[in-house]
This record gives sequence, C-alpha cells and structure tokens, in this order.
Amino acid sequence: MTAPVSGPTDAPVVHLRDVTIDFPGVKALDGVDFRLLPGEIHALMGENGAGKSTLIKALTGVYDIDSGSILVDGVERRFSGPRQAQDAGISTVYQEVNLCTNLTVAENILLGREPRRFGRIDSRAMNARAGALLGELDLSIDPRSTLGDHPIALQQLVAIARATAVSARVLILDEPTSSLDAGEVAELFRVMRRLRDGGTAILFVSHFLDQVYEISDRMTVLRNGRLIGEYPTAALDRVQLIAAMLGHELDLLEEIEDAVATGESTAGESVLSARDIGRAPGIHPMDLDVHRGEVLGLAGLLGSGRTELARLIFGADRATSGQMSVNGRPTKVRSPRAAIAKGFAFSSEDRKREGIVGDLTVQDNLVLALQARRGFARPLSKKVKEDLVSRYMEALDIRPRVPSALVKNLSGGNQQKVLLARWLITEPQLFILDEPTRGIDVGAKAQIQKLVADLAGDGMGVLFISAELDEVARISDRITVLREGHCVAQVGTECTVRELTSLIAGGGEL
Amino acid sequence: MTRQATIKKLTASPLLWPAAALVALLAVNLVLTPSFLSIRIQDGHLFGSLIDILRNGAPTMLVALGMTLVIASRGIDLSVGAVVAVSGALACAHIASATDPTSPGTVVTATGIALGAAVALGLWNGTLVSVFGVQPIIATLVLMTAGRGIALFITDGQIVTITSPPFKVLGAGYAFGLPVAILVSLSVFALVGLLTRRTALGMLLESVGINPEASRLAGVRYRSIVFAVYVFCALCAGIAGLMIASNISAADANNAGLWIEMDAILAVVIGGTSLLGGRFSLTGTILGALIIQTLTTTIYTAGITPETTLVFKALVVIAVCLLQAPKFRAALSRRRPRPQPRSGPPAPATAIPPQATPSRQPTGPTTQASAMATK
Amino acid sequence: MSTQTAIRPRAVGSDILQRARGRYLSPLVSLVLFVLLFAVLITRYDFASPTQVFLNLLVDNAYLIVLAVGMTFVILTGGIDLSVGAVVALSTVIVAATLRAGWPMPLAVGTVLVVGPLLGLLMGLVIEYFDVQPFIVTLAGMFLARGLCYVISVDTLPIKDPLLREFGLNYVYLYEDKFIRWTVVIAIAVVVIAAYVLHQTRFGRTVYAVGGNRQSAQLMGLDAARARVSVYVISGLCAALAGLLLAVQKLSGYSLNGIGLELDAIAAGVIGGVLLSGGVGFVIGSVIGVLVLGTIQTFVTAENLDSYWTRIMTGVLLLMFVLVQRLVMRKPG
Repeated sequence: MTAPVSGPTDAPVVHLRDVTIDFPGVKALDGVDFRLLPGEIHALMGENGAGKSTLIKALTGVYDIDSGSILVDGVERRFSGPRQAQDAGISTVYQEVNLCTNLTVAENILLGREPRRFGRIDSRAMNARAGALLGELDLSIDPRSTLGDHPIALQQLVAIARATAVSARVLILDEPTSSLDAGEVAELFRVMRRLRDGGTAILFVSHFLDQVYEISDRMTVLRNGRLIGEYPTAALDRVQLIAAMLGHELDLLEEIEDAVATGESTAGESVLSARDIGRAPGIHPMDLDVHRGEVLGLAGLLGSGRTELARLIFGADRATSGQMSVNGRPTKVRSPRAAIAKGFAFSSEDRKREGIVGDLTVQDNLVLALQARRGFARPLSKKVKEDLVSRYMEALDIRPRVPSALVKNLSGGNQQKVLLARWLITEPQLFILDEPTRGIDVGAKAQIQKLVADLAGDGMGVLFISAELDEVARISDRITVLREGHCVAQVGTECTVRELTSLIAGGGEL
Repeated sequence: MTRQATIKKLTASPLLWPAAALVALLAVNLVLTPSFLSIRIQDGHLFGSLIDILRNGAPTMLVALGMTLVIASRGIDLSVGAVVAVSGALACAHIASATDPTSPGTVVTATGIALGAAVALGLWNGTLVSVFGVQPIIATLVLMTAGRGIALFITDGQIVTITSPPFKVLGAGYAFGLPVAILVSLSVFALVGLLTRRTALGMLLESVGINPEASRLAGVRYRSIVFAVYVFCALCAGIAGLMIASNISAADANNAGLWIEMDAILAVVIGGTSLLGGRFSLTGTILGALIIQTLTTTIYTAGITPETTLVFKALVVIAVCLLQAPKFRAALSRRRPRPQPRSGPPAPATAIPPQATPSRQPTGPTTQASAMATK
Repeated sequence: MSTQTAIRPRAVGSDILQRARGRYLSPLVSLVLFVLLFAVLITRYDFASPTQVFLNLLVDNAYLIVLAVGMTFVILTGGIDLSVGAVVALSTVIVAATLRAGWPMPLAVGTVLVVGPLLGLLMGLVIEYFDVQPFIVTLAGMFLARGLCYVISVDTLPIKDPLLREFGLNYVYLYEDKFIRWTVVIAIAVVVIAAYVLHQTRFGRTVYAVGGNRQSAQLMGLDAARARVSVYVISGLCAALAGLLLAVQKLSGYSLNGIGLELDAIAAGVIGGVLLSGGVGFVIGSVIGVLVLGTIQTFVTAENLDSYWTRIMTGVLLLMFVLVQRLVMRKPG
C-alpha cells in the first residue's frame, strides 16, 4: 500500500465542523467533525445506523444540516440540492448506480452537458469526449455501447467517469464493491488510485474490511451518529476497528462473553439439518444445524451471505446444491409456502420491501401469515382475530395499541414488532430472524432480544442473524461464522468474543 | 357511537365524494324533471327513470365489479369488451343454429358455452400475466384487439338475431317487479362482497396489490389469486355479454360492449379504488357505475343534446379524480386561511434511522421500485 | 495505448452482436417481419406494381404514421395517451366546420394546430403536477375531445376549400408512374424531425433518460417534469396534424373518425419495439409497426377476407412481439 500523498497537516478539501442532523426521535449525526484531505482515499466506517449515509447525504446536498458547518476549501457552503454539491466539486456514485441503462455510455457520461453544435448534439464530439475521459482512467469501454449491456461493475466505472466529467475534486463512493467479483474490484481500485494520484479526494464507504485495508489511506469511524475517531489505516488493526465500530472496549466484550457462558444448553433434537446447502455463485455449500430450544447465531459482516443463506432455507430462493431435513425427515423446501407449512417463519431484514404491508392495518398485518396458511376459505372469526391481536400487541408491547392503525404510520421499532408477532402467531418451530433489531430504538431492541431468548426457552429453534456482534454473542447458544459466502467456523459459547471478532474480520488464522 | 362521532366517521369515509356526486346528480335530475323519482307499476313491474338507470347500468356495473378485483391486484383488464362480444356471439350463434331455439334447454346450453368461453379467456389473461410475467395492460390489449375479431368471426360479420323468449329474460325480463339484469348484478355484488369480506380473500388480495413480495414471503398464494381475479373479471364480462345480447335479442359483435372497459375502469376509479392496486371498495364501484349511468340519463332528461354527454362525462371524471388526488386537495386547502396544525409526516419505515422530512424534502435516491403503472 | 481492462474484453464480432441486441433488436425483428409479410403479399398476388403497393401503404397510412410518432414520445417517458383518436376526429371536425363558416384556410388550419397541443398541455399538467394516472387523465381527454366533436357537428361535413382539395387529391409523381400524395411527404417530414429531436437534441435525451429511470434523470440534473409535460403537448400536436391529414385525405370532417385509433398507434409502437414501460424504442420502429399493420390490412383486403381478420391477425402479432420481448429482456445483460 502506497503512502498517502497528503499528511494530516494539509488543508482539508472538505471539512464538516460539529455537524448535527436531527430526525424525529433520533440524532442521525451528533456533533460530527470530519475532514477529507486532497489526494487521499478515505474510508468511512460504521455499522448500519451509524450515520454514514446521513453524512454523505449532508455532503451532497440531499439533507440540510441542523447545526455546524460544511466547508469546502475553507469556504462555508450550504447546499440546497445535488446540483449545487456537484457544482462545488463533490460527486457521488451510489450503490445502485443512478444512471440510465437504456442510454449509451457516452450519453450517460455527458447527460445534461452534451457538446452541441448549432443547437444539435454533436455525437462525434460527445463520443470523443467520453472516450477521452474513459481513456484518462485507462478504461477501454466503447462509448457508443448501451450502458445496460454492461455488467454492474462496468456501469459503476462509467458512473465514476461521469463524476470526473463533472468535477474531479471530491468523489464519494457508496458501497461500490457490493456486486463486484475480485477482478472487477481490482479494476475499480486501479481507477481509484489513479484518481487519487491526480489529486482527487475519495471518500469510500464499504463494509468489506479486506478491501478497506487494501485501498484506503485513512479512515473515520462513526457509531450511533457520533465520531469515534479518525485514524491512518496503518495504525488501526482489524480487531481494534471492529471494536470501535461495534462500540465496546475489548474488556467489555469479554464481560459479555462471561455472561454468555453461564446458560446451559437446553437444546433438544434437530429441527433443521442442512447439508451442503448453497446457491451458485454467491453461497458456497455449507452445513447448518438448528435444534429445538436453541438459538443459532449467524455472524458475519454485511455481504457475508447471511441473508442469502436464510432465504435459501426459507425457500425464497432456490438452492443449487444440498439437502435439508426437517425433524429428521428429508424434505424439499421450494417456496415460502412450503417452508411455512413445515413450520418455518422468516422475518426479513428489509422490513419495508419484504415485510410489512403498509396500507393494511396492524390487525391485518398480524394475521396475514396465519390466514395465508389457513387459506382464504377459512377466515379467522372476528372474535378470534381480536383476541389474538390484543394478546400479541400486549405481549410485544406494540404501540400505539390501535389495531386499526395503518402499519405504515408506526415507528420502525413497532413495525418490526408487528412483523415478529405475525410470525409468532403461526407458532413456528423454526424462526429465522434477519437483523430484527436494526434501525430500532434501544428500548424496543432490548424487548426483542429478550423475546428471542424466551422463545428458545419455550422450545422453538431460532436462527438469529445480526451484524451486531455483542448481540449475537449475548443471545446465541452456538454461532456459525460466515465470510464472503463461506462458512468459516462453527463455534459454541466457549469461543471468546475476541476470537469471534477476528474470525469475522478475517485477519486471524482459522 | 355519539352522533358527532358518526358524522365524523361518515365524512372521513372515502365513499364520501362518489356518494355526494351521485346525490348531486339525482338532485339535478329532480329539479329538471319533478317526476324523476316517481316509480309506478306498469305491465306488472316497476317503471320509472330510476328503474331505467338500474337496468341500463347493470352490465357496466357487473363488468366494473370484476374490474375492481383485477385493479386491486395491481393489474388491469382491457379485454372485457371483447369478452362481452364473444360471449353474446357464442350464445346467439348456438341458439340460432339449435333445433329448438325457444326451449329453455337450448338457452341453458348456450349460456354454458358462453360462460365457459369467458372463463377460458380469463385463464388466458391470467396465464400471460402470472406465468409469463407480461404487463397486464399489454397482455389484455392482445385479447382486446383480437377478441372482437373472434366475435365477428363467430357471427360471420352479421348481426345474429334470434327469437327465444327464455333468452330474453336475462336482459329484458323482470322479476319481483325489478329488471332481472339489475337483480343479477346486485346478486353478484352481494356474492363477491361476501366472498371478499367474509372470507379472507379480500385481505389477501389487498395484500398482494399493496406489496406483492411481502405477501409472497408471508405465504400468500400469489399466483392463484392473480389467476382467480382475471377469471372472475372475464366471467363477469361473459354474464354482461349475455345480458346485452338478451336485451336486444341479437349479437352485434361490432358494438356489443364497446368502450365498456373504459366505463368500468372509470367506475372503479370514481369509486375510490386506486389504479395502483391495493385497497378496493366494491360499494364504491357500484356508486361509480351508478354515477356514470345517471349522468347519461341526467343529460338526456335535461334536454341537453346527447352529443354533449361525453363532455359532461369528461368533466365529472376529471372533477372526481382531482378531488381524490391528495396533491390537488393540498393545493386547494393551502388557499384557505384556516390554521393548519403542525403535523409532521409519519415516520416511514426504513431499516436505517427514520428519514422524516427535515427543513427540506430529501431529494436523494430511494431504492424503491415503482409500480409499472405509474410514471 | 490503453491497457485492457480486467473486465471481459470483447472481440469485434461479438461487439456488433452486442450492439445489435438490446436497443436495436426489436425494431430489427419488426423490420424483418415487415419484409417477410410484404414479400408474402406480393408473391401471393399478382400486383401490377409491387412498388406502388408499398407506396400505397404509405399513402393510406400517412396519418397513422404521424399519430404513432406522437404516441412514441409519450410512451418513451413511460406514459400513455388515449385521447389521440378523439383529437384526430376533433381536428377533422374543426377544420371542416370553420371552413364552412367562412374562415380563411390558414386560420382554420392554425386553430386545429393550437387546439390539439393545448389539450395535450392541460393533460400533461394534471398528470405531472397532481399525480393523477395518465390512463385516467387521457381517457377523460378522449371523452372531452370526442364530446366537443359531437357538439360541433354530428354529421359529415365536406371540405370544399380548393387549396386543401388540391393538397389531398393531387398525386406526387416519383418516377415512371409511381406516385404518392402530399400527405406522405408531410408524414415523412414529421418522422425525420421527430427522429432528429429524439436523437440529436438535449430534450430528446431527456425524454429517454426520464423513461429509463426518472429518479436518475433528476439526480443527473435534468428537468424531468418539463419533459413529461412536453411529450403530451407533442402528442397533441401530432394528433392534430394527423387529423388534418385525414381530413384532407377524405375531404370531410366527421366526428366518428378515429375511433380506436389510439390503440392502433399503441399497437404499432409495441410491434415496432417501443416498450410500454418507457425508455426504449425508436420512431422508426413505430413507423415499421404502422407498415406492418397496413400490410395486414392489405392482405386481408386482397384475400377478400372479412375485415375482422385484420383485428385477429393484429392481436396475434401483438402477442408474438410481446412474448419475444419478454424472452429478450430475460437474457442477462
């Protein structure tokens, strides 16, 4: 890794001074100080909900800041929209690559700024200019080809080329490598280094620690909207980084693991037994076992394949390899309906898109899975429905206690509880929980964690997925560690949290 | 409930605007023709303007009922007019070529053939949409285009007239003093209403329309529901086709059900169901169909030349749709000096800290897929 | 000399194939289909002059070509315009009625060319700013326009203006005895202008961008709202122009003209490879679609089939194209 071009004494090209952004109920950014120096690659680290995307949106003019100031080249700026940020020299390439795939590469690069001659677009000049920009980044992409014909990796590089066409001062890359394979990542990094060497400041958000260590010069860690620290990459090792991101000193982590070791395993016979289950190309064949009364944690960072694995088990995606046995009997689970018939339940991590049905009432959302299983011809009677609903709303403390409220109007925490209650009503034997506490206030978080423990105590098998290590460690009886689509370890409560951290980080030996 | 609470509940109902529009239309009619609301007995059945409205509007009402469910599933069915034509053509063709056109048995067989064909066409639409994943508007456009040609093929391009008293009952007959047609439509309304609200079908259908992916993950039989609504819609169109053919005792493949799909869609939209799918209201659809029919009658009785019917129809449609559009209501209410309570928008559900609207609307990218019907 | 990227370098041959897929595939398939159909037509029947048969296609369908061009703009942004058939009829009625009332010809024609776009503007504004579905708004527009037709006149109104008669009746000789009419010239001009606007101007790029991904277009700094309103104005203008061409062709104005014409325009677009979801398609594709529809019509006439066979065959073709498009779109990009 080359030494950074600039040192900490250089004047920052972008400086956030004591910036706070408030949303109802939560401080997304709380007095954050952030500096971006010219000619560096700077990684922005933190788990979900830490404030990374809020910071980026503040920089790109999408959000107003409530207090503090943003300085670009020492001059205070107030952006009222993406266009101003672009004009100030800050360009962003988002994870979903906001380009128009139906247009050509050249058109995308120069959209809105096409070279014109006598009022008509000069295609030849446009293609030439686009070709030159691509050439500066050493990319051999045909400017006349349709963007949609290229893989996402290339589309992203085109997006970067567009950003350089607009400005070359600051480039923000938001999770650029999520859909790239190793070769494509190498290409991306080559382009990034070239830009850095030319003086561009690059802000890089990623949850892939290996890549962050490979490419970045410095990093900033956020947690719960606050700045934890700003470090040269070489000065912070992986374990320290994760500790900073996840919010506990290592001693505290060890304290937790002591608490974990106390519980005796009350695990019964096997509820789910999967052998060599996998889905090409992302999930490599692996084994998974969940027993009655046991909480199996799936630990790993985003992108390690946890959700994909959960979806395979639930039948939401088709497995390309492996067999599953439920209660000792081999079965095929080809669809969510089949899984539900076997007593599975799945609370998805994307609450909004795959979980709640926003325009329906809390009551309807609660009984949805149960009703779907019974079939339309056997509706739940009004009394039974009301009974169930009030019981579960009480048990999970869903607020407000209004069954006829539309779910879309509830807070995130309560929506998550509705989702959990929906599945609990079906009395599953295996409950898959994907990030159930993400983006929720602390109180609701604690309630849900306790609920999971109680469920296992009552004999349910639970598969618990979370990126928050302390949560996984605290709740699980056994943990399967995933990294980049592989199962790298299966550990029990005897594994120290520190060991767990390094397994996830990937720095340690296996 | 207290009187105040009842009033509040009624005014908050989404059926308010269509109901008000209908009442207004009836009132206009009453002013123009004092005898508008009068009903008398003649020829052994009820007779009057209101009865005419009910009888003439019955086919549209029926088709609109079927259309409501399809739209609720986030789809649309443009082919109902063609199904109307095919159904009438098959029935009349069968009766015309039967040995005894006047026997009830022939009529029953004819009905069976027509409705069977309707169900088959509904299955066709359902297959294109749920198995092949074709956009509903195009999938049903295919049948809309070809279907009328098929109907003309069946009748060989002619208007097939038949003489069959049993057949006339459906479209032109009376039972219990009321036109059979409206009794059939209202029965279907009652049946579908029971089916959707007394069983879980209504909720499951709404769930599919609001969030298909979440519904699938919750175990809802997505594909079966989609098939069912298209078949039901085609079946309604089939019955309506029989009504229309029976009313004139002929199959006019060119004109039968012409533009009925547009009237049906309008009835659904006026009744408050959104074209984007999700929550639906069968009662609203009935109101919508009545509004459309009453409008035609109003213009006629007002002595306005029938040529202007369409202009009024356009104005009413636009008025109701605008009033239902939240942005329009917001634009109107901004003019009123009444102080608005400072209400923040409800916190949307996101996996990351709730992004409400701070001092300014965030214009950042949202990764929501927008339904095909929008834009 | 730039280095090869690590990302799948392509050979030249597959490069052309790559370019051929995606945007160009559908119109190419439509073109091939048209050529095939036309070939079947002329080999099956002993036409005196196959060239003239082709030219007649253009003559008979000039107005539909113009209409389809306007509809293409709207569909490219992901919208739909159901009012165009009625606007065509309204145009014929307005021009005939105003001429009969003694208006000078330029004024009559000018009125028509203002009314169409004006209606389009109203519809576009309601769609964009009040967020009402295009389907409903343009349906109401259709009722309004058709209603205005009936209000003005229910009967057929003949057009007697000498200049217009000359325009409509005169032949334009190309070579030997092959001819077209002035309406075709106008239609071709409209196609050329539309293609120029869509491919060579910023507005055209905005239309495609908005249809492809409205949010991205806005994030990239384009005025999506203006584009979405403008396409309805353009559609209205084309409908008005198409109405004039029809009026001149039939030398009359009739309020029952153009019933169902909007669906023909949409079908022509779909057959020509314009995706109803927006962002993909060419005007030339819609033109080919119109020619395909015209060929079917000619075939049905020549074969002495009942006219309803046109509908059946159009429906079958539509189905084929839709299924082919689904298969093409399913292939990984």
